[in-house]
Amino acid sequence: MSSSTNSPTHHTSTIGAIGAPSRRNTELALLVFAVAIPVFAYANVGLAISDQVPSGLLSYGLGLGLLAGVAHLAVRKFAPYADPLLLPLATLLNGLGLVAIWRLDQSKLLQSLPNFVTAAPRQLLYTALGIALFVVVLIFLKDHRVLQRYTYISMFSALVLLILPLVPGLGANIYGAKIWINIPGLGSLQPGEFAKIVLAVFFAGYLMVKRDALALASRRFMGLYLPRGRDLGPILVVWAVSILILVLETDLGTSLLFFGMFVIMLYVATERTSWIVFGLLMSAVGAVGVASVETHVKSRVQAWLDPMREYTLSRQGQTGHSDQLQQALWAFGSGGTLGSGWGQGHSDLIRFAANSDFVLATFGEELGLAGIMAILLIYGLIVERGVRTALAARDPFGKLLAIGLSGAFALQVFVVAGGVMGLIPLTGMTMPFLAYGGSSVLANWALIGILIRISDTARRPAPAPASSPDAEMTQVVRPS
Amino acid sequence: MNKPLRRIAIFCGLLVLTLLLRDNYLQYVRADSLKDDPKNRRVTIARYANPRGDIIVGGDPITGSTETSKSGLNDLKYKRTYKNGPMWAPVTGYASQAFGATQLEALEDGILTGNDDRLFFRKTLDMITGKEQQGGNVVTTLNAAAQKAAFDGLKKQGGKGAVVALEPSTGKILALASYPSYDPSSFAGNTDDDAAAWKKLQKKYDPNDPMLNRALRETYPPGSTFKVVTAAAALENGKYTSADERTDTPLPWVMPGTRTELKNEGNIPCENATMRVALQFSCNTVFGKIGSDLGNDKMLEEAKKFGFDSEQFTPVRATASVFSDDMNQSQTALSSIGQYNTAATPLQMAMVASAVANDGKLMKPYMVDTLQSSNLDEVAKTEPEELSRPLSPKNAQILQDMMQTVVEKGTGTNARINGVKVGGKTGTAQHGVENSENPYAWFISYAKLSDGSSPVAVAVVIEDESANRDDISGGGLAAPIARNVMEAVVNAKK
Repeated sequence: MSSSTNSPTHHTSTIGAIGAPSRRNTELALLVFAVAIPVFAYANVGLAISDQVPSGLLSYGLGLGLLAGVAHLAVRKFAPYADPLLLPLATLLNGLGLVAIWRLDQSKLLQSLPNFVTAAPRQLLYTALGIALFVVVLIFLKDHRVLQRYTYISMFSALVLLILPLVPGLGANIYGAKIWINIPGLGSLQPGEFAKIVLAVFFAGYLMVKRDALALASRRFMGLYLPRGRDLGPILVVWAVSILILVLETDLGTSLLFFGMFVIMLYVATERTSWIVFGLLMSAVGAVGVASVETHVKSRVQAWLDPMREYTLSRQGQTGHSDQLQQALWAFGSGGTLGSGWGQGHSDLIRFAANSDFVLATFGEELGLAGIMAILLIYGLIVERGVRTALAARDPFGKLLAIGLSGAFALQVFVVAGGVMGLIPLTGMTMPFLAYGGSSVLANWALIGILIRISDTARRPAPAPASSPDAEMTQVVRPS
Repeated sequence: MNKPLRRIAIFCGLLVLTLLLRDNYLQYVRADSLKDDPKNRRVTIARYANPRGDIIVGGDPITGSTETSKSGLNDLKYKRTYKNGPMWAPVTGYASQAFGATQLEALEDGILTGNDDRLFFRKTLDMITGKEQQGGNVVTTLNAAAQKAAFDGLKKQGGKGAVVALEPSTGKILALASYPSYDPSSFAGNTDDDAAAWKKLQKKYDPNDPMLNRALRETYPPGSTFKVVTAAAALENGKYTSADERTDTPLPWVMPGTRTELKNEGNIPCENATMRVALQFSCNTVFGKIGSDLGNDKMLEEAKKFGFDSEQFTPVRATASVFSDDMNQSQTALSSIGQYNTAATPLQMAMVASAVANDGKLMKPYMVDTLQSSNLDEVAKTEPEELSRPLSPKNAQILQDMMQTVVEKGTGTNARINGVKVGGKTGTAQHGVENSENPYAWFISYAKLSDGSSPVAVAVVIEDESANRDDISGGGLAAPIARNVMEAVVNAKK
């Protein structure tokens, strides 16, 4: 690494690493808002739907407050210099998501669906488990660089996680996507959500070691730098296998996500713009190829191009068509600028998946353009804090991991929100924290935990005043 | 590594920006069209979220709203009720949770639900004071007594038919009846019973097609009633200048370009008859020849002045009546006695009678007098509007004179009312292949009070397939109904 790119601590004004204040009290103050806003929202839904403050308000408020408090104390104790915004932002989204899920639980229309479960209590349980996982990450992951040791184990586990849903008897095909596994007693789990993190660890570990070789030992071909096969080979294989598995599972969103994450990390590691060009070319070829061959994808593209036709076909009772996208668009449109207000919309008309894949439509209808913009900005802020963490991190592994995770997070938000708003074809992932789903909540809390850990390391005051500013070069990092 | 990181940061920023732009497009630019898309269920939910405003006749609502049962998945809170539904259905149309809305219910939906922009102030006030949104009212021009006389007359007659009554000086619609009719209450909700009731009313299951608004949407050959238009054309074009001038009409009269004689009904004095006598006895030869002599263009021009060839919006749309162009002389002759291609809605023929009664001035027919907000403030008022002048006042006087002769001592004596001058014209329209089906019985008329004002003009049509063919005549079947309707209006004036 050249020294000119190796001095974030000196030339960046983003997060000063040396002598940074811990900002824990800022975090606490923000957390108060992050808990109070959903509590008000909860009361609001209750008043709108049944003219009374919901009976569970106190326990809900206390529960959310307690969870946030525990998370905060864990950060205070185990990551005192961590970024102060990540936890409150995640808490706010999670809290608002819970309110939206509870609000949809009240819908008679959704209650009449055959697979209806009251989702809010479960989501609260998942949130508790997610925050527990978050705390566990903070306690046991003392230094994120430890993860480097598990580069190849990560690779292996990512593949296993991805293959699990294909194992007969374990996998469950739900509505055309084979991305769940059944765990007796626990319900279904979506291993892809966890694979995202594990794969980021593998990419970061591998790329950190091989990045010089990838960047320098390459041949020029048509103006692009092509690395040697033995450098790129393994990572390409892993990536290709994951994409293949996901295509077999018809989980398009996740394959797009993995691909994007891979390209981003490769680009950051090698600093070669050619990767972006490659990535775009390959994704274009891949997307067109898959879209023209795979029927599930094909129908989604058609639905995206003409949601009204899709709506009409589904109303005529033709199988394989869904009116959901059109319903979501109507929900957004009916919300307008200021929205109908909590509990006063009709986004339950989306029916199935209204509280998971399509949860954003509920926000769109009931909070309007203003609410959606606020939520998108909150996501933007989380990503921004993640990228800052990457900038501030003093080790390339941390940088790569942080950018991989926050890039994947940004892509996921884009793919899901873009899909629900009809910007791109629907791919069937969930809005992090907002949507109902155990795997998603758990994995995203773990993701925030890792980002907080990296930011803590990055912002921690240098241990000795005499330490070299070129600290990164002197760190002992054993490339496994 | 920081340079690519910053670029990735910009990339992520662009992703969020793209989403923000898309959201603005969706929730700001396209919001209204998505919100008001009739397929968007929210439109229906909003329509029935509050009691609808009422449609009012003579100060009394003919509609109402009732809360639907909350059981099951019903997301529509209120449903429409109708008082005397079958009688008023051609006026109100229907508003059904399951089957949408038509006519006034659909056209004035914004006022009735309270969503209309003209109610903005009221709506905002309600929002601030925390009151539920309330719909406004639609006050119609109809006359309940006239409507009852019309509907009861049709019902007593059986068969099928329609009545339209207008106030000639303004164009106000006083009666608008169609028979057989339907009760819009029977399918106002969205239960299985409503669906069954709806299904039963469809033409497929009920050949009488009770949901057809015969007063506005069905055209019939007007038969001899059209002779009034032909007489008007003769006067306006100066072919004859008085009612009592002898016409140059041989008997028998062979239609130009053919060897076919135009026949009269029965042995009536039509040879060189005056127009008065010809109208009194309904001479086909006289009016056929007048039309043929004037030619297609002049006849069409006069018919158009009476409103033929264009749709009328009352505001409920009425089908355009037909007088063809590009006809040869014999076809024009047939058309001029209301046969061949000529077809008219009952509204159209009421307009003809009304223009004659109003001294040649045709007023635009309308049925919505005012729109009110929920607290009865006037939001909009329809002002009478002149549509055209098919007749000069002088010629209108001549035609009135002729039409009064018809009622006094001609085919229309059944329409006489004590103490009131009544002008009218009967019609018995042949139809079907080779005139094989039972003819339609027509009667158009107007009443004139002693002060010279004319409060009402009526058109009645009866299509009775079960009646004995020989019994069917405009004077016999239709004139008594017209008389009752006119009497109802006149009595109210006294």
